[in-house]
Amino acid sequence: MDLTYTLEQQAFRKEARAWLEANVPTEPLPSFDTKEGFDAHCDWEKKLNEGGWAMVPWPVEYGGRGADLLEWLIFEEEYYRAGAPGRVNQNGIFLLGPTIMEYGTPEQRARFLPKMASSEEVWAQGWSEPNAGSDMANIQATAIREGNEYVINGQKTWASRGAYAHWLFGMFRTDPDSKRHHGLTFILAPMDAPGVTVRPIEKISGKPAFAEVFFDDARVPAENRLGEEGQGWSVAMATAGFERGLMLRSPARFQNTARKLVDLYRKTLQSGAAIDPALRGRVTQCWMAAEAYTLNTYQTVSKLLAGGKIGAEASLNKIFWSELDIEMHETALALLGERAELKPGSPAAQGVGDWLDGYIFALAGPIYAGTNEIQRNIIAERILGLPRK
Amino acid sequence: MEFNFSEDQELLQQTVRDFLEGECTAEHVRQLWNTETGRSAEFWAKLAEIGVPALLVPEEAGGLGMDERDLVLVLEETGRAALAEPVISTAAVAAPLLRELAQSGKPGLAEKWLGRIAEGAAIVAVGHGQSPFVSDAHVADLLLLAHADEIHAVEPGSVDLTAEKSNDGSQRIFSVDWTPVGETRVAEGELGRELQAASFDRGALACAAQQLGVGQRLIEMAVLYASQRTQFGVAIGTFQAIKHRLANAKVKVEYSRSVVYRAANSVALHLPTRSVDVSMAKLTASEAATFAAKEALQVYGAIGYTYEEDLHIWMKRAWSLDLAFGTGAWHRERVAGAVVDSALPAESFGYSAPTA
Ligand SMILES: Cc1cc2nc3c(=O)[nH]c(=O)nc-3n(C[C@H](O)[C@H](O)[C@H](O)COP(=O)(O)OP(=O)(O)OC[C@H]3O[C@@H](n4cnc5c(N)ncnc54)[C@H](O)[C@@H]3O)c2cc1C
Repeated sequence: MDLTYTLEQQAFRKEARAWLEANVPTEPLPSFDTKEGFDAHCDWEKKLNEGGWAMVPWPVEYGGRGADLLEWLIFEEEYYRAGAPGRVNQNGIFLLGPTIMEYGTPEQRARFLPKMASSEEVWAQGWSEPNAGSDMANIQATAIREGNEYVINGQKTWASRGAYAHWLFGMFRTDPDSKRHHGLTFILAPMDAPGVTVRPIEKISGKPAFAEVFFDDARVPAENRLGEEGQGWSVAMATAGFERGLMLRSPARFQNTARKLVDLYRKTLQSGAAIDPALRGRVTQCWMAAEAYTLNTYQTVSKLLAGGKIGAEASLNKIFWSELDIEMHETALALLGERAELKPGSPAAQGVGDWLDGYIFALAGPIYAGTNEIQRNIIAERILGLPRK
Repeated sequence: MEFNFSEDQELLQQTVRDFLEGECTAEHVRQLWNTETGRSAEFWAKLAEIGVPALLVPEEAGGLGMDERDLVLVLEETGRAALAEPVISTAAVAAPLLRELAQSGKPGLAEKWLGRIAEGAAIVAVGHGQSPFVSDAHVADLLLLAHADEIHAVEPGSVDLTAEKSNDGSQRIFSVDWTPVGETRVAEGELGRELQAASFDRGALACAAQQLGVGQRLIEMAVLYASQRTQFGVAIGTFQAIKHRLANAKVKVEYSRSVVYRAANSVALHLPTRSVDVSMAKLTASEAATFAAKEALQVYGAIGYTYEEDLHIWMKRAWSLDLAFGTGAWHRERVAGAVVDSALPAESFGYSAPTA
């Protein structure tokens, strides 16, 4: 055990900090759930990529720096510290990218990863269907092989950033007679292909953040298949592992929120406003939980670097960060008093409206990436070994 | 940056686990509950054979010269086995305190006691300012007691003990009536305060490490029970309400683990964040273990509520460790002081790291 950074790691941090300090936009960008914000975030990603910082753990030829996971954590710490924009292509860079690295052919890596790193191609995730939510094995959309193409029919839904994304990855039934998780295949489909119709859905915030995607004899080349035909389920499980596990929600995100929360507490105290005495304890608890999440991640990363694997443990992560995120935002709203009602941009909000936005977003955490009930089932059955039936 | 234990450290943990699984059974713990002292000299000798009390004793004094990063996994195992013997006071607190006293000019005391601790020939009880009670004073060969900013090394013959009745049958605690005198004083002033603080943190860390083992064991017991007990024609472990309780307990235990290991590192290296790190460890691990206790009881139903079933041995350990070396309230206050009350932002692991 050595919990200090090497000189190389310190130098890496320094370089990242310097670049971010010089380049992070001084004003926050509009939400990437709007077209204007989406474009602004794509511009930022382009700049990030030109600096070589879009996806530091990727090999250099795909736009990365060949950094290891510890350096990735360091980069994330610096990224949040610098107050840099949210990652508009997170489904691509954090979820699909690592999956392509593992399952893709060399041609697929070369074709998709560099444009993903630059966000020239932003990705949507197409698992869910009207009848396949938690029960993802109930996917019904089909992709039938015809010559060198797959012909896709059916509907995907809740695809985040689907309203503006350029590509969609998802699972489709290539064997129409198959059942459950057999006969499914992982396919990459351009959103502008003939036969693809996107219908944006406003989320609770009123912004078109996700979309339904309809496929009506849409054709994609067979080389857009990731992994073998019929093996979609295991490929998708790897993607889900990245989502629940390390990549999607790195600890610095929550440490950053925890620090803002402490700051809000102090300012509220100084303002002389009435504060529920329990809030001091809750703020402290949030701060500790963010630290616990961080330490746990560092331990996991060390284990991975030593050749270990994470499997069902990713479900522990998913529950922990999603519930922590809600608790932090709820605590902040409780500190804000009546201002908790104000949206960002409301005259009296003075910058506090982000807490409300954040709270509403946090509430989705226990739903997306596999609901927390499903994660608890996984923990109980696969980690604790409780009987399934 | 390397947040792993070495193979040697894991091997040591495994050795202790194997030993305790064989020797420190629930039956053994129960037998001790019913004896007058609650302690077994024979068992302590066996612990000494595998080196437990010698871990933090310097090599030149006959010990193993290890630090808290080695000890933490061993303590976790002692928690897992609900071991009643005074490992916390003797091995985790007294040994390094005597070592530090020697370094600060009191070699005589260390010379007399460290070798004996390592051999298993001496038990030391420790008293600290956060508690009116002293554990294991009745079997101690030496008492190290705090008084104001002083530490006193007191012979057992010169104190009056009143046994308290502890809920946890493994715990033997005493009110100690004693008078500090010049001859027993071994540290005072700045040094006394520093050593007291370090000792207290070592005790709290040790409790936290044991809680990791206690919490994990409670979950395992409940999983086993839920897999065997049937109602409505199926194992109760197939019910989601049961699964989710235990999954929640598992989340809490796993998310206290790294916090405890980090605190062990901070203690071993005397880092400036030591005290806050230890408080976080004690709080999170205790919360996880006491939560696991409650959930496990509910999973067992009425049988878990009986004296005959072993579950309560671990439940009561979780509760008593929660109160030892600073209650949750005390530690929470200490973290709050550093995090929300202080003028400077607290240090976040990684996030606050300086650049080269
Ligand atoms: C903000 C947001 C973004 C999203 N982005 C995407 C995206 O980009 N791509 C995509 O494909 N999907 C996306 N989703 C969809 C998400 O993956 C699903 O909402 C999720 O899998 C749950 O499915 P469902 O909504 O149909 O709920 P249901 O599966 O109908 O579940 C409803 C309730 O029943 C519970 N439940 C269901 N089954 C069980 C069970 N076996 N045991 C216990 N309880 C159970 C659930 O936990 C939940 O509480 C997104 C969702 C949100 C909210």
